[in-house]
Amino acid sequence: MNIKVLGPGCMNCKTLAGRALEAVQQLGIEATVEKVEDVRAIASYGILRTPGLVIDEHVVSYGTVPRVEEIKTLILTQSAKMQR
Amino acid sequence: MIVKPTRLAVLLIALWVIVYLTLEPAMSVLVSLLPLPSGSKLTEAIRFFLYEAPKVLLLLAIVVFAVGIIRSYFSPERTRQILGKRSPFLGNVLASVLGIVTPFCSCSAVPLFIGFVETGIPLGVTFSFLIAAPMINEVAVVLLLGLFGWKTALIYVTTGLAIAISSGFVIGQLRVERYVEDWVYSVKSRPLTLESSATFEDRVRAGFDAVRDIVRKVYVYVLIGIAVGAGVHGYVPEDFLAGIMGRSAWWSVPVSVIIGVPLYSNAAGIIPIVQAFLEKGASLGTALAFMMSVIGLSVPETIILRKVLKLPLIFIFIGIVALGIIIVGYLFNFLY
Repeated sequence: MNIKVLGPGCMNCKTLAGRALEAVQQLGIEATVEKVEDVRAIASYGILRTPGLVIDEHVVSYGTVPRVEEIKTLILTQSAKMQR
Repeated sequence: MIVKPTRLAVLLIALWVIVYLTLEPAMSVLVSLLPLPSGSKLTEAIRFFLYEAPKVLLLLAIVVFAVGIIRSYFSPERTRQILGKRSPFLGNVLASVLGIVTPFCSCSAVPLFIGFVETGIPLGVTFSFLIAAPMINEVAVVLLLGLFGWKTALIYVTTGLAIAISSGFVIGQLRVERYVEDWVYSVKSRPLTLESSATFEDRVRAGFDAVRDIVRKVYVYVLIGIAVGAGVHGYVPEDFLAGIMGRSAWWSVPVSVIIGVPLYSNAAGIIPIVQAFLEKGASLGTALAFMMSVIGLSVPETIILRKVLKLPLIFIFIGIVALGIIIVGYLFNFLY
C-alpha cells in the first residue's frame, strides 16, 4: 500500500504525515508514507485545499487533518474497496 | 457515554453567557483586591489588560464557534462551482463575499488558484477571492468588535469587501493572463469524487474543532497584543501619535501602508496595538489602512503565490490592493 501526504510543507501537512505513519504502525500493515511537496503534483490530484491524503492513488481526504483513528478507518475502507 | 455535541454546545453557551455577564464586576473586584496604588500608570495598564484580555478571548471563542458551523456549509469546491459561470463584476462581488465564509488557509492558496483557473474562473474573480479571504476573517472581526465596537468592525468589513471587489475587477480588466506561470494552464487534474454528508452534529463538532484549532493558534498573539496595547495605554501620553499618525499628517496613510505591507502579523496581534495607536492620537483612516495592509497583504502569501504568478503580476497585485487601502485610509480621514 502506498500513502501520500499532499502539501507544500505547512504545519498541517507535517502533522498529517506523522499521524499517517502512526496509523500504519498501529495497523501493522505494509505501507509506505511519502510526502508530496511539488505544487504541480499536488494540483494534479485536483484538490483545492491542502493537506491531502492519498491512498493507492485515491484521494481519501483533503483540507482537514484527520485523527489517527480516522486515518485507520480510511486505510481499511480503501483496502477493502481495492480487494473487491 | 459520549455527550452529543449539540447538548454540549447548549450547555457551554449558557455557561459562556454567565461568565461574560459577570466578567466586568468580577474583574473590578479583582483589581480592587490587588495591592496597586490607584491612578498610577502601572495600575492603569494592568486594569486595561485584566478587563480586555478575558473579554476578547471569550468573544473569540464564541464567534469562532459560530463561524466554524457556518463554514461547514461552504467549501472551496462549491465556491468554485458557484463562481464558474458568472459575469465579471457580479463574479467579483460573489467571490469576495464567498472569500469571507469559505474555509481558506493561505497555505492552500496555490492549489486553490490552480483549481479556479482550471475551471475557467476569470483571473480577476479569483483575485477577489484571494484578497477577501485573508483580509476579512473572524479573528479580525472579533478583535474589532471587542476593542473598537461594532461600527468600526462594520467599516472594516465593508471597506475590505470594497477593496477585494474593485481590486479583483481592475486586475481582471488588465488582461494579465500572460503573467501566470505557463504550466498552470496545462494542469489536468483528475476529477475528485469525495461525497460528504454532514449531519448537524458533525457541523457542531466542526465548530468545536475550529475553536480548538484557532484559539490555540492565536491566543498567545491576542495576549501579547493586548499587553503591548495595555502598556501603550498606561504609559504613552495622549496625543503622542497625533503628529505622525493623525489627520494633519497627510503622508501618514501611504507611509503606514508601506510599513504595513511587509510587516506580517495575524489580526490577533496587530489589532490591540492599533487600538492603542488610535487612543494616542492616530486617526481612524490611518489606523485602518495600517491594519488592512498588515493583515490583508503578507509576504508569506506572496511568496507562496510566486509559484504560480510571474513577478510582474505579483507587483500588480500588491500595488492595486495597496492603492485600494490608501484610498480607504484617506476616505476615512476625510470623513471623520
